[in-house]
Amino acid sequence: MSDKIGVNKRIDAPTGTETVGHEWDGIEELNTPLPRWWLWTFYACIAWAAVYVVLYPAWPLIDKATAGTLGWSSRGDLAKEMSAADMARQGMVERIAVTDIEKLPASPEMMQAAVAGGAAAFKINCVQCHGAGAAGSPGYPNLNDDDWIWGGTLTEIEYTLNHGIRWTADDATRVNYMPAFEGMFQPAQVKALTGHVLSLSGKAKPNAAGAQMFSENCAACHGAAGEGQPEMGAPALNDAIWLFGGTEAEVTQQILKPRHGVMPAWKDRLDPVTIKMLAAYVHSRGGGQKAAPAQPETDVAGDVASTAKAENDG
Amino acid sequence: MMADSMESGRTPQQADKPRDWAGALGSNPAPTADPAEAGFMGAALYEKGKTIHNKRIDGPFRRFKWLVMLVTLAIYYITPWIRWDRGPYAPDQAVLIDLAHRRFYMFDIEIWPHEFYFVAGMLIMAGIGLFLVTSAVGRAWCGYACPQTVWTDVFQHVDRFFDGDRNARMRLDKAPWTASKIARRSAKWAVYLAIAFWTGGAWIMYFADAPTLTVDFWTGEAAPVAYATVAILTGTTFWLGGFMREQVCIYMCPWPRIQTAMLDEKSLIVTYKDWRGEQRGSLKKAAKNPEAYGDCIDCLQCVAVCPTGVDIREGQQIGCITCGLCIDACDKVMAEVGRPRGLIDYATLDQCEAESAGAPATPAWKALLRPRVFIYFGVWAAIGAGLLFMLGTRTHTDLTVSPDRNPPFMLLKDGSVRNAYTLRLRNMEARPRDMEVALVGLPSGAVMWTESVSMENAAPVQVIDVNANETKIVRAYVLLPEGASADAFTFRLTSLDEQRETDLAETTFAMPGNE
Repeated sequence: MSDKIGVNKRIDAPTGTETVGHEWDGIEELNTPLPRWWLWTFYACIAWAAVYVVLYPAWPLIDKATAGTLGWSSRGDLAKEMSAADMARQGMVERIAVTDIEKLPASPEMMQAAVAGGAAAFKINCVQCHGAGAAGSPGYPNLNDDDWIWGGTLTEIEYTLNHGIRWTADDATRVNYMPAFEGMFQPAQVKALTGHVLSLSGKAKPNAAGAQMFSENCAACHGAAGEGQPEMGAPALNDAIWLFGGTEAEVTQQILKPRHGVMPAWKDRLDPVTIKMLAAYVHSRGGGQKAAPAQPETDVAGDVASTAKAENDG
Repeated sequence: MMADSMESGRTPQQADKPRDWAGALGSNPAPTADPAEAGFMGAALYEKGKTIHNKRIDGPFRRFKWLVMLVTLAIYYITPWIRWDRGPYAPDQAVLIDLAHRRFYMFDIEIWPHEFYFVAGMLIMAGIGLFLVTSAVGRAWCGYACPQTVWTDVFQHVDRFFDGDRNARMRLDKAPWTASKIARRSAKWAVYLAIAFWTGGAWIMYFADAPTLTVDFWTGEAAPVAYATVAILTGTTFWLGGFMREQVCIYMCPWPRIQTAMLDEKSLIVTYKDWRGEQRGSLKKAAKNPEAYGDCIDCLQCVAVCPTGVDIREGQQIGCITCGLCIDACDKVMAEVGRPRGLIDYATLDQCEAESAGAPATPAWKALLRPRVFIYFGVWAAIGAGLLFMLGTRTHTDLTVSPDRNPPFMLLKDGSVRNAYTLRLRNMEARPRDMEVALVGLPSGAVMWTESVSMENAAPVQVIDVNANETKIVRAYVLLPEGASADAFTFRLTSLDEQRETDLAETTFAMPGNE
């Protein structure tokens, strides 16, 4: 304690307050002590901190922090909240599990829950390819529209989710391959064929040569008018939607060197209820189709795998 | 060591007597005698608190303070219990902040979250109202209406009831802790606690149906947040009203600091007219030498009655909440010694200056007539009138639209373009209503449908039923046939009842090329 400083204490006349006694270049400080309760608040904070450091994770160490005697962790809190949320959903999850997927829309409450659950699962598992708004991108189908390569009913969507597309690890996967026509036609023939394909949706004038080639090489899968065959995953060519693009160059490329997308099978990665919910969500995006009465779905993929020679999309 | 230095703090400002200005000038203060009493570098670490034992006083300002206390406490405690019939779909509590359902009820007014600007407007009015009051009557809020002031006043009356008036309370404070003192203190603090609990308990009644909540509270069925709120408010009321009192005004509250920036020489303050009072001296001294002394007989009654313990004769200061009790005290003394009232009085510094120069005393109300008061009042009233106008003309139907951004549009097989929108239909009436949503400004052929209406039933107009007091969220699709184009249009909502209220919501239509 330097008594020297204290010696210069004096009463400041205008305020009537004592100075603390030190001075820098003529600047002095008035001694206005804190009220006692303020100091006590400060001590109470110190005591609080001491208790806190013992009870909760506090001191950072080399690779972790001290755990605290209460064993609290933010991950533990999250796990508790997650399991509470799971418990709250349990009843609905069980109801969805035992309900036939085509019967989901009959119960708005169940459908709403399924769509919400599907939206959450979509954000985790599907957005990487299909995009956050499920709008896809060239090569990755848009799930909002009314064009379905493999069918747009709840059952068909669920099947696609379960078994994937061209997913070789799954025997029941949806599979087809369009042959590459490169080297089989003269350039003029290719041009004529492309012209005919574009004419199916009114984007070009019809030409007889192209029509002839189409009926010989393409109509078996894509249909005489290019209406497609969802049973074998042959895309419709007479509509406005093109998976790999609808310009002349893009269509030509798809005829000569077709590309084929792959989608994983999800049945071994996600539980059946989540897949059902995902199907409901995709179906709800605005383009879902109603199931036609009696549709034998399960055999289609196998047949397709062996017989179909379909282009993936126009 | 630490404890010793804490207990024996130097307390230069605690004397009841005003500072001796002349003595302070040039005098050498006595240094702290015992080094052990000194804290860091010889300065005390803290200033010991001093309990204020303000004396009972009666007078016009005290009676006004009683009135304000009665009215404000009555408003606070009674308001949640007033009933107000709103029909079967809404609560029947006159004033209710229904956080769970996002509604704010105030008698005939019901505020929805999207109308929060009404609440913002009222808060702005409250803020400007404080400026208005300050420019008109100085720190009247501090002196009369502030909850801290009102509850401090209540607790000080409890003190008086249990321990007697100023002198008795000071004696009891110094007295040893005998059984009777412990009993008295326990009883007093129990009453403190009861008042504090009642304060916290009344607060939660604004947030739920008061009679139901009261039953739930005592049967243990109320929400945990209700108990936590009551516990916190009980604690803060007990501590701030029972013990901290004027310390809140002097050390915690920002308002006195803001006031120091807002008060000027034209502001109404409580002031001691020193030109009339000085040189102060006892009656005995003044009798011997009447010429040398002023009207102040230095009886210290103004200090004794002050709820914050200041000496008003030192002039304007942060601790003065301008409650006027010292005016009552001084007027009473002046009447007893046969001198005119108003030695301490409400006045502006300008009025004081004029008066000390010999001008006749100006009535205090003249301080009201200043441009600032009228400007603040004009702004305050304009906002109020604007809010009332909006309140009177608002419809009870509301539509907001947000278009899907991802994807912005959807091309369908047949070349038509579909956009998706989230519509929020608000039915702010206490009855269910059918509402019609129509497309305005789109080329013919444009149709819409919703989740509950399938695409086959798409039409330019859809009717949606909305429950009473409900915001219905509907996902709607709008389809434009191939070849048609649009970039902006409007959804028109019409209530299908005799009011036929409408609301328009403009939005965009995205297409290939203009997304």
